[in-house]
Amino acid sequence: MTADDLTELTIKEAARLLRLGSISASDLVTAHVERIERLDPHVKAFLRLTPEVWEKQVEESERRIREGNAPPLAGIPLAVKDVLCVRGVETTAGSQILRGFKPPYTGTAVARLFEAGAVMLGVTNCDEFAMGSSTENSGYFPTRNPWDLTRVPGGSSGGSAAAVAAGEAMISLGTDTGGSIRQPAALCGVVGMKPTYGRVSRYGLIAFASSLDQIGPFARSVDDAALVLSLMSGLDPLDATSSDRPGMEVLNNFGAGVKGMRLGVPREYYDVKGIEPGVKAAIDAALFILTRAGAEIVDVSLPHTDYGLAAYYIIAPAECSSNLARFDGVRYGLSEVDAANITDEYLQTRRKGFGTEVRRRVMLGTYALSSGYYDAYYLKAQKVRTLIKRDFDEAFKRCDAIVSATSPTVAFPIGSKTQDPLSMYLCDVLTLGGNLAGLPGISVPCGTSDGLPVGLQVLGPQWGENVVLRVARAYEEASETKAEVASVV
Amino acid sequence: MEIHVQARTRSKMFCGCAIAELNAPPNTHVCEVCLGLPGVLPVPNKAAVEACLKTALALNCEIPRHTKFDRKNYMYPDLPKGYQISQYDLPMSRDGFLEIGDRRVRIRRVHLEEDTGKLIHAGDKLHKAWESYVDLNRAGVPLMEIVSEPDLRSADEARDYAMELQALLRTVGASNADMEKGQMRAEPNISIRRAGSEELGVKTELKNINSFRALHRAITFEVERQRQALESGGKVVQETRGWSESEQRTFPQRSKEFAEDYRYFPEPDIPPLELDRAWIEQLRASLPELPSVTREALKKELPAADAVLIAGSRDLADLYQRTVARGVPPAATANWIVNEVAPTGKIPSPENLAELVRLVLDGAITREQGRSVLMESVETGRTPAEIVAEHGYAQMSDESELRVLAQAVIDANPKATADFRAGRKQAMQALMADLRKRAPHANAKAASELLMKLLA
Repeated sequence: MTADDLTELTIKEAARLLRLGSISASDLVTAHVERIERLDPHVKAFLRLTPEVWEKQVEESERRIREGNAPPLAGIPLAVKDVLCVRGVETTAGSQILRGFKPPYTGTAVARLFEAGAVMLGVTNCDEFAMGSSTENSGYFPTRNPWDLTRVPGGSSGGSAAAVAAGEAMISLGTDTGGSIRQPAALCGVVGMKPTYGRVSRYGLIAFASSLDQIGPFARSVDDAALVLSLMSGLDPLDATSSDRPGMEVLNNFGAGVKGMRLGVPREYYDVKGIEPGVKAAIDAALFILTRAGAEIVDVSLPHTDYGLAAYYIIAPAECSSNLARFDGVRYGLSEVDAANITDEYLQTRRKGFGTEVRRRVMLGTYALSSGYYDAYYLKAQKVRTLIKRDFDEAFKRCDAIVSATSPTVAFPIGSKTQDPLSMYLCDVLTLGGNLAGLPGISVPCGTSDGLPVGLQVLGPQWGENVVLRVARAYEEASETKAEVASVV
Repeated sequence: MEIHVQARTRSKMFCGCAIAELNAPPNTHVCEVCLGLPGVLPVPNKAAVEACLKTALALNCEIPRHTKFDRKNYMYPDLPKGYQISQYDLPMSRDGFLEIGDRRVRIRRVHLEEDTGKLIHAGDKLHKAWESYVDLNRAGVPLMEIVSEPDLRSADEARDYAMELQALLRTVGASNADMEKGQMRAEPNISIRRAGSEELGVKTELKNINSFRALHRAITFEVERQRQALESGGKVVQETRGWSESEQRTFPQRSKEFAEDYRYFPEPDIPPLELDRAWIEQLRASLPELPSVTREALKKELPAADAVLIAGSRDLADLYQRTVARGVPPAATANWIVNEVAPTGKIPSPENLAELVRLVLDGAITREQGRSVLMESVETGRTPAEIVAEHGYAQMSDESELRVLAQAVIDANPKATADFRAGRKQAMQALMADLRKRAPHANAKAASELLMKLLA
C-alpha cells in the first residue's frame, strides 16, 4: 500500500488494517503528515502542526492495538479547528488577538475523541472567531480549495474541510453557527455534520454566538461522520445547555434506507435567489436518486426564510459582541501595555487584534443590544427566530427530513466577495435556518457543477440526527458517490 | 436600599472553585471558568439558587415559575468575561416585605448574580495608581442582591433594616452576612424632600460601607450634606459616592450623568430555570422560625436586649429554647448565652449547658469555675459533671472550713476590718477580694455572710 492509499482510507477501512496489523498507527499518521508537508504549502489548511501531541497519541494507540483493546478511533488522524481549546496547544480562533494563547484545558468534544484514540495532527485555519464563509477572514492567511486553488474552501471551518478533502486528515472537527460546517463541506466535497443544539458539549469552544454554535465532524463518508459524532455526543456537566440524551442514539437505525420516507423540499430553498443552475441540476439529480431509492418527495414551505438572514445577523452579532468582550488584553493574548490608561489599552488591543469583519459584527451587535434599540432589533429577531422554528415544526408534520442544496453556489474565487459583506452573508442562506431552529443537518457530496463539488443538505427534526444520517447514507449508497480525495497538484 | 449578600455555599456560582477565605493569597481560588478563559461555560450552583430562594421566601417574596440569568455587559479589569451574569427582568423573586418594629419595608426583588474580582492599586487612588493588580479569588462568588422599595425614612431605620436582614439571613442559613468580611454590602440610595412634600429630590448612592455603624454615619452625613447643599441654593447631583471611614464623610466616586448602558440580554449559556413548585414548598416548609417571631416570643420572658441578641442567631435561639425546655430558668440561661456563649461563637449542646447552669445555680461550683467547665465541655464534648468530677472542682461550702478562712482574712486585714466595724460597708469588698484570692473556690455568698457574722 502506498502512502497516498493510506490517506484515502475511511475510518472503517483503516481500523480493519490497524487491527490486522497490516499497517501501524505510525504508518497512518506518517502518511498524513507527509501529505501535509507536500500539499499544505498550497492548500494552507493548517495553522499549526502538533507533533508533541501526536507522538504520544500514536504511541498510546499502538500500545492499545497491541493489547487488543483498541478504542474505536485508535490511530485515526484528526485535525481540529482553531476555535477548540486543546491543553497546551496554541489556540487562537483564527485571530491575532489570541496569538500565543495556550489553553490550560482541553474542551469536552476534543477530549472525548482523544479518549476514543484519535490522533491530533494539528490546528486548522478558519475565519476569525468563525465569522465568515470563505476562511478569507482568518487573521493569518486564507485557505484554498483543494479542488481549485484559486477558489475558497468555504467557511468558517474552511481549514478543517480542506484538510479532509485534500487527504491531509481522515477526519476533522469544525463548528457551525450559521453553516460553518455544512457550507465548507459542500464546497470541498466532503461530509460535514452539524448536530442538534445541545447534542455536543460546547465546553472548550471559543464562543462566537452561544445560542447557535455547535461542534461537528468532517469526514469522507457518512459512516465516519456518524461514528465521530456518536463518540463526542452526550451530557457534559460543564455545559448547562448540553442534553442528557444518549450519544449513541444518533446511530439508531441509520442504515435502514429511505424506502417509505417522506423528504420535504422547501420551495423557498429550492428556488432560493442566486442559486446556480449547475447546483440546481445536481440537486434535481439527487432528488431523482432518492426517489428511485424509495423516498417520496413532498413539497413543503418555510415561509419565514426571507427573514432568517436578518434575524441571524442581529442575534449572532449581539451574542458575539458580548462573548468577545473578554479579549481586553488584561489576562491573555495580545496586550497593548503601553497605553496611557485602561480604556486606551482596551481600544488599542482590540483595534490591533481584531480584523474588519469581527469589528463590524461587534459594532452591529453592540448597537442591536443598546438601550432604545433592543426591542426593535434583538427582541424582534428573537420573535422571528420563534417563527422560523415553527416553520420547521410545521414542515416536519409533512415530512421526515428536509433536503436542499447546502450552498446556492459552488466554491467562488478568492477575493470575489471580500469587498461585499452582504454577498458573503448570503452564502449561509440555506444553512442558518437550521442554526436558528437548533436542528441537525448534514451536507453530503452530490456531484459537481463546472467540475466543482456540490453539497446536498439534509435537515432533520430536533434530536433527529439518526434520520438525517439515514437519508445521507442512503443517498451516498444509491448514488455511489463517495467523497473523493482531491489530488491538488 | 440595595444589599449584596454572599450566599453561603461551598463553591462559586458557576464553577467548582472553593470560596476563598478573606486572607487567601491572590488568584489561588480560580479556574478557567471564573478566569473567563476562552471557551468556558457557566453552570449554575444549585446551593446558591437554594440560598436565594430561602431568603426570598423568608422575605415573603413571590417566586415565579420561570427565572433566567442575563448578561450585564461592561468592561472593567476586575470583570474577567466583560460581562457579569446577573438577573434582569425575570429575577428569582419579587414583591416581598420585611418588618422592622411596626414598620413594613417592601422588598422589590431578591436576585442572584456573581461577584467581580478585586483590584489592588499600587500607589494612590485608581487614576493616580502607577500599577494595578487583579485578584480574581472573589470573581464568581455567588451574591444575592436584595433591593428594597424606598420605604426607609432615616439612618436609624436603614440600620435597623440591615440588622434585621442580617439576623434573617443567618437564621435561614443563606449567608453568614458578616459586614466586616464583605459578605454583606449595603448600598443606600439617599434622597431628601421638603417637609410636607411628597416629591423626593435627586438621589445619590453610597458605597464602601463596611459596618452597621458606618451605614448609620454615612446616611446621616449624606442627608446633612444634601440638606446644606439645597438650603444654600446649590443642587444635588445624581452620582455614586463613597464613604470614607477615615475622614467620616462621603466623596464623589462616579457621576451618573451619562447613564451606563449595560446592554442586558438573556444569558445564552444557561437555559431558563423552571422552579419546581414542590421544591419551593419544601423549602418554605423547612424554613426555621424567623428572628422576628423568635424575638417577640423571647421578649415575653427576657430583657429586650437579651431577646434581640439571642433571636439574631438561629444557633443561639435554638440553644436557648432547647436549654429552657429542660427546665432551666430562662434568665440564668439567657445570661450564660449572652455573656459566655455568644462572645466565643462556640455552641455547647443544650444538655451540657442545662447541666452547667444548674451546677452553678445550685452552688456546686462557682461561676468562675463554670466558665472554664463550659469552655472545656465545648472543646471536648464531655459533660460538665464529668469535668467537675475530674478537676475536683467544687465550691468550698463547708462551714468549718469557711470559718477558718474568714478568720484568717480578718486577721490579715486589720484596717479593712476596723473600717467595716466603723460602718464603712464598702470595706467588705476588700475583705472578700482577699478571701477570693486565698480560696477561689469558696462559696462567695456563704463566705460573705460568715464574715459579716464574725465582724458583727
